[in-house]
Amino acid sequence: MSTEELKKIKSNTIVDARGTACPGPLLAAKKAIGEIESGEIMEIYSSDEGTKNDIPKWCNKMTHEFLGIVEEDSYTRLFLKKA
Amino acid sequence: MGTELENQIADLKKQVNQLKEGTKDQLSMVVFSGDMDKILAAMIIATGAAAFDMKVKLFFTFWAISALRDPAKTGKGKNFIEKMFGMMLPKGSPKLKLSNMNMGGMGTAMIKGIMKKHKVASIEEMLKTAGELGIEINICEMSMNLMGFKKEEMIDYPNMTICGVATFLTDAAESKIQLFI
Repeated sequence: MSTEELKKIKSNTIVDARGTACPGPLLAAKKAIGEIESGEIMEIYSSDEGTKNDIPKWCNKMTHEFLGIVEEDSYTRLFLKKA
Repeated sequence: MGTELENQIADLKKQVNQLKEGTKDQLSMVVFSGDMDKILAAMIIATGAAAFDMKVKLFFTFWAISALRDPAKTGKGKNFIEKMFGMMLPKGSPKLKLSNMNMGGMGTAMIKGIMKKHKVASIEEMLKTAGELGIEINICEMSMNLMGFKKEEMIDYPNMTICGVATFLTDAAESKIQLFI
């Protein structure tokens, strides 16, 4: 999805993992994904550079659909759709 | 001819079933080192694997068992040597030292400061998370006996059992990933 499209998305849940280091954002995502329904959209805020590589790999393994990222000034927003 | 082919198919089916049962989406790890940095690495890999919905089994042996001691608890009925061991080995994860650059404790204190600044979870926090994620901790009975550690002086952890090498081998044999740290 393009950045413009992603910016318009209204996420069902937002996980704010800013400030935590590996594996913080991954564990936060794992915890929060259990609280939403299949097909719903989750957004992760992370200031950890590695998360951008890790979350797509996690989505691939867990069969969630990774939608893309939006870069903000001091953090990244990562979007995914639950399988 | 027909039966020969049938036999071959039956044989293949058996092999496929063995492969299917052979490996689970599971991580088995021997945690041997009692160094703070190595235990931290082990816990990061373990909790990460749990986030991938893998079953995680940690086999704590030798020096690593010190990390599971509860500083507030004491074991009863120890002989002189066991008491000496208890005194000389780190009493719990906050007392562990770095494998390099410990510099009489200065390096370890410094790295803990840096970890806090970078919001890296401490080993105590990682152990708590591991428990919540259902990660199993198995402690080697033989090492515990050697060092005179008692079950009652270990931390409160939801999935902790005392076991032997057979448990590790059984777990490792059916795991996709096996590690030794």
